Amino acid sequence: MDIINLVSSLFITIGALSIIVGLLGVYRMPDFYTRLHAASIIDTLGTMLILFGLILYYGLNIVSLKLLLILIFILITTPTAAHALAKSALHGNLKPILKDD
Amino acid sequence: MSKYDIFFHKISLIISLAFLWVMLSGHYTPLLLSLGLLSVLIVAIISSRMNLIIFDQPILQLYFIKFIPYGFWLIFQIIKSNIDVCKRILNPKLPISPRLVTVRSSQLSNFAKVIYANSITLTPGTISIDLDGSDIEVHSLSKIGAEGLKAGDMDRKITSAEANPYV
Repeated sequence: MDIINLVSSLFITIGALSIIVGLLGVYRMPDFYTRLHAASIIDTLGTMLILFGLILYYGLNIVSLKLLLILIFILITTPTAAHALAKSALHGNLKPILKDD
Repeated sequence: MSKYDIFFHKISLIISLAFLWVMLSGHYTPLLLSLGLLSVLIVAIISSRMNLIIFDQPILQLYFIKFIPYGFWLIFQIIKSNIDVCKRILNPKLPISPRLVTVRSSQLSNFAKVIYANSITLTPGTISIDLDGSDIEVHSLSKIGAEGLKAGDMDRKITSAEANPYV
């Protein structure tokens, strides 16, 4: 039990750290489209790790089943929202910064 | 689409909604169960009146099972590209070279195309901006991300999952 608690708090801590990295990225990136990339770290790695840590903490019961459902819905809806934002920005003639190396 | 297919769609929609309700509620008194049944039926009737039941696939509620192995592969890819983007953010020089590329999708159905475009967006470093027929316009944060997408691993995996005879 103690080991599972330790592992789940490790997952939650790494998830929280990755959310901080994502926020730092939103702050540092130069334009709208690149900021979306940084924000998708928060949506994917942050929520995945935190919800997985919580599932480990609660064990196999109805709560963890609900958490799994939340995870699946987040993984379906956030890319749709990001796509809608990027598409409306492009159609609103916001030009992305392009750089070739 | 035959009458039998539409009937089967409605039944499978009701079953999956009822399953979702039972899973989320956790209360099993007769009053609440009958209220749940009522709400499931109302949702099923409204969505059938809005013509939301007819898709271009047989039985959508089971169709997604095909893509579960792909989902595990996708989670692995998401973790890999997350680490790459995190490294770029934490690097003081911010080594990004954003670019727009066009990727062809070889999927046949709209459902699989949506899965492909959503997978591109879900992976940090690439965002699908526009979908035109089978061409997807992608904004990529780096050259590596764009080249990985051009190599077409993800595209092939979804197309082979789509052609999977299982279900």
